[in-house]
Amino acid sequence: MVLKIFFPQCCNRAESGLLVGRWISGHDSAVVLAVIHYPFIPAQVKQYIQQMQAQSRVDLTVLGSWSLPKDGQEGMESFLRDLSTIFPQERWLQIRRQFGKTGFSCEVLSRDQICGKNPGEKAEKKKKKSEEDGGDAEREDEEKVIFVHYEQRKVMLSQLHPVEAQESGNGSEPNSELRQVFGTVARSQPLFVLDRYDDGPLRSTHWQSEGREASIVVELLKRASVPLGLLLGRMLSVWTWICSARILSVFPLRFLFSKLSTCVQLSYRTERLQTLGAPQAAPQAAAHMDFMRKANVLVSVLLDVSLGVLLMSWLYRDQNIAMLASNMVPAADRVAQKLEELLQWLMGAPAGLKMNRALDQVLGRFFLYHIHLWISYIHLMAPFIQGILWYGGLSACLGLTFALSLLSDMVALFTFHIYCFYVYGARLYCLKIYGLSSLWRLFRGKKWNVLRQRVDSCSYDLDQLFIGTLLFTILLFLLPTTALYYLVFTLLRLVVVLFQGVLHLSVDFINSFPLFAMALRICRPYRLAEGVKFRVLCEEPGTALHLLMEINPLKCSSVVQTYRTPTYSCYPRDSWVALVKKLFIGELIYPWRHKTTKSD
Amino acid sequence: MEDEAFSNISGKAISLDCQTHSSFCREFTVSSPKMSIGKVMVYTCSVWLLAYAVFFFTENTAVLSSAILITLTGMMLHIHFVKVDHESLLVIGSLGIQVSSSYASGREVTTFIEMSRIKDIVINEAVYLNQIIYYLCVLLKEPSEPNVVSSVVPLFQVNSKSVKADITFSRTKRNNVMMTVSSLSFRVPSRGSTV
Repeated sequence: MVLKIFFPQCCNRAESGLLVGRWISGHDSAVVLAVIHYPFIPAQVKQYIQQMQAQSRVDLTVLGSWSLPKDGQEGMESFLRDLSTIFPQERWLQIRRQFGKTGFSCEVLSRDQICGKNPGEKAEKKKKKSEEDGGDAEREDEEKVIFVHYEQRKVMLSQLHPVEAQESGNGSEPNSELRQVFGTVARSQPLFVLDRYDDGPLRSTHWQSEGREASIVVELLKRASVPLGLLLGRMLSVWTWICSARILSVFPLRFLFSKLSTCVQLSYRTERLQTLGAPQAAPQAAAHMDFMRKANVLVSVLLDVSLGVLLMSWLYRDQNIAMLASNMVPAADRVAQKLEELLQWLMGAPAGLKMNRALDQVLGRFFLYHIHLWISYIHLMAPFIQGILWYGGLSACLGLTFALSLLSDMVALFTFHIYCFYVYGARLYCLKIYGLSSLWRLFRGKKWNVLRQRVDSCSYDLDQLFIGTLLFTILLFLLPTTALYYLVFTLLRLVVVLFQGVLHLSVDFINSFPLFAMALRICRPYRLAEGVKFRVLCEEPGTALHLLMEINPLKCSSVVQTYRTPTYSCYPRDSWVALVKKLFIGELIYPWRHKTTKSD
Repeated sequence: MEDEAFSNISGKAISLDCQTHSSFCREFTVSSPKMSIGKVMVYTCSVWLLAYAVFFFTENTAVLSSAILITLTGMMLHIHFVKVDHESLLVIGSLGIQVSSSYASGREVTTFIEMSRIKDIVINEAVYLNQIIYYLCVLLKEPSEPNVVSSVVPLFQVNSKSVKADITFSRTKRNNVMMTVSSLSFRVPSRGSTV
C-alpha cells in the first residue's frame, strides 16, 4: 500500500520537532498541519493537542517526528526516535531531510515495531533499506510513500465544488480523500493562531507562525456589519409591515401591483435584503454558500444603486428632462399618425388584396376612433409629463433596475391602445377560426365529440346543413380581412413585447449575476476550487516521490451557474413551435412569464 | 518505448513519450503535429487577397484594416483555444489520474480524477465516418453507487491514437463493451495492487 503524506510547504524548512496532524481513515494517508519544535515537554504537548482538538473538532494527533539537523544537534535523531514510545500511535512517521538535498526520506514504524523487543535493531534494518542506493534494492516490505506538498493558506481558504451539503456535528465524512484533506485544514484554524511571538511553552511552525496578519479594513467591516445588519433588518420590517397593510390587499390594487413590474421588483429587492439580515447557518458547507449568497446580494445591490445614481446624474443635468418631455408628445403624435395611415391603407386595397368593403369600413372606423381617443388622452397628459418624468427619475436612486422597470411599465401604459387593438383583432380572428373549423367539419358530415375528444361522423338534418354551409361560406370570404388586421396588430404587439422583454432581461441580469463570486474567481482564484492539479517535483533517485498539489480554480461558467441568485426570472413561456401555433390559431399570447421562485 | 511511428486518425504523425517517475507514478505524453507555416501562409494570403478584391470594388479602407484584424484575432483564438500542443496523462498509484492538455499558446487545462471515482479503464470503439477508431477512456462511478457507471471520460481527446494491439471483444453489458487486450504498451496500476 502506498502511504500518502500531505505536507505543508511552509514546514519545508522548519526546525526539528514533532509533526501534528490527522490520519485520514480509509485512505491510508495523513495530513500534517504543524510542527512543534524542540525543546518541549511532552505533557504540555499532549495538553495543547487536546485543547486544540476540543476547539476545532478535528482528530488531531502526533503523527511522528521531523528532523532537519543543523550544526550542533547531532543527538536529535535518537531523541526523536525515542519519542515514539511517549506518544503511542498505530504508526509513527520519521521524516528526515538534509540541508542541501531536496528529497525527504521517511520511515514508518508500526506499533509492534515500536514496542518490539529490539526496536533499535529493526530501525537500523529499515534505515539501511531506505538509503539511496540507486540500484534495484528489493523493497517488498518497505512502505511506499508519496509526499504531497500543499500550500496551507490557500487550501485553508479554498472551497471544493460542487459544494456538498454536510450533516453538522459528527455526521458521515465524505468518501473523497481530497475533500477530507481540505475539510481538515479548513477546520484547524485554532491551530494556526499560535505564532512565534507568543511566549507560551510551545513553539510551532505553520503558515501563520511568522505572525498573524489582518487587514484593518476587513476588521472594521466585520465590526460594522453587525449593527448595520440590525438597522437594515429594522427598516425592512417596518417597510414590510406597511406593505402588508390591509388596505393594499383590496382586489383591484393587488392585481395591479402584481402586474406592474416596478412593484414586483420592489418586493423582490425587499426579500433579497431580508436574507442579508438572516443569521448565519452553522454547518461548514452551508456557511460558505450562505456567505457567498449574502455577499452577492450586497454587491449586486451596491452596483445597481451606483448605476442608478449615475443615470440620475445624467438625467437631472442640463435640462435633459425638459428635452425628453418636449420630445415625447410629438413622438406620440407621429406614432398615432403612422397608425392612422396604416389603417387607411388597410381600408383601401392593401398590397393589391381586395377586402370586403363593409367589414373593412367597420373595423377601420372602430380602430380609428380608438386612436383618436388615445391621442386626446396624450394631449391631456402633456403638461404633466415633465413632472412625471422628474419624480419617476427619482426612483433611479433605488437602483437602475427600478428605473428600467419603471420605463417598462410606462411603455406598457403608453402602448395600451396597441394592446387593446391586438386583443380585439385576436379575439375576432380566433372566433372566426373556431367557427370555420367547426363548420368545415359540418361540411364534411363530421362532429367534434367532446366526451371522447375526437372527431366522429354525424348525420345532420337538411336545414342544419343548409345554414351551416351558408355560414361557412360567409366566414370563409370574410377571413382575409380579419386575418390581415390580426396580422398587423399582432406584429405591432410583438414589437412592444420584444422591447419590454429586453428591458426585463436586463433587469433580470443585473439581479441575478453573481458579481462577488466572479470577482473572487478573478482576483483570488484559489478560493473557489474545482479540483486539484498535481505536478511531479524534481526527484532524486531513491527518495520518495514528491508531488506539488495546486488548486485548480473553477471555470467561470460554473461560477455563474453555481452562484446565480434566483430571481423571478423572466423567460419565454412557450417554445417557438408552440408560439407559432398559438399565433396561427389566434390564441392570446403572453410570451414572457414571471416566475415567483422560493428562495432555497 | 517502441520506436514505431504513430499517427492520429487524420494521418498526421504524433509521438508518445513515457516517463517513469517512480514505481507507481508514470506520465504519458502524446504530442501533436505542429502548425505548418505553409498552411498559415495560405490562409493569410487568401484572406488578404479577398480583402484587396473587395477594396478594389468598394474603395473603402475599412475593409483592409478589418481583414488584418480578423486575421490576427483568428490566429490568436486558434492557438489559444483550438491548437493542442500536447496532452499528458499522469498516473499516480492510489491517488488518481490527472489528464491535462496544453495548447499552443501555453494554456493548460487539467482535470484530476480521484481513485475513489474510477471504476475501470477500457478501450472503447467509435464509428467515425467510414472507419472505426479505438480510444482509451475512463469509466467513472459515484462513490455512493459503486455499480453504476456515471460517466465516460475519453483520454487523449485530440489525438486518438490507433492502438497497436490485438483486441478481442464481446458485448456483455449495456453500458460498456468489455474487451480483453492481448498486448498493450502499458498497464495502469489500480488501487491496492502492485505494478
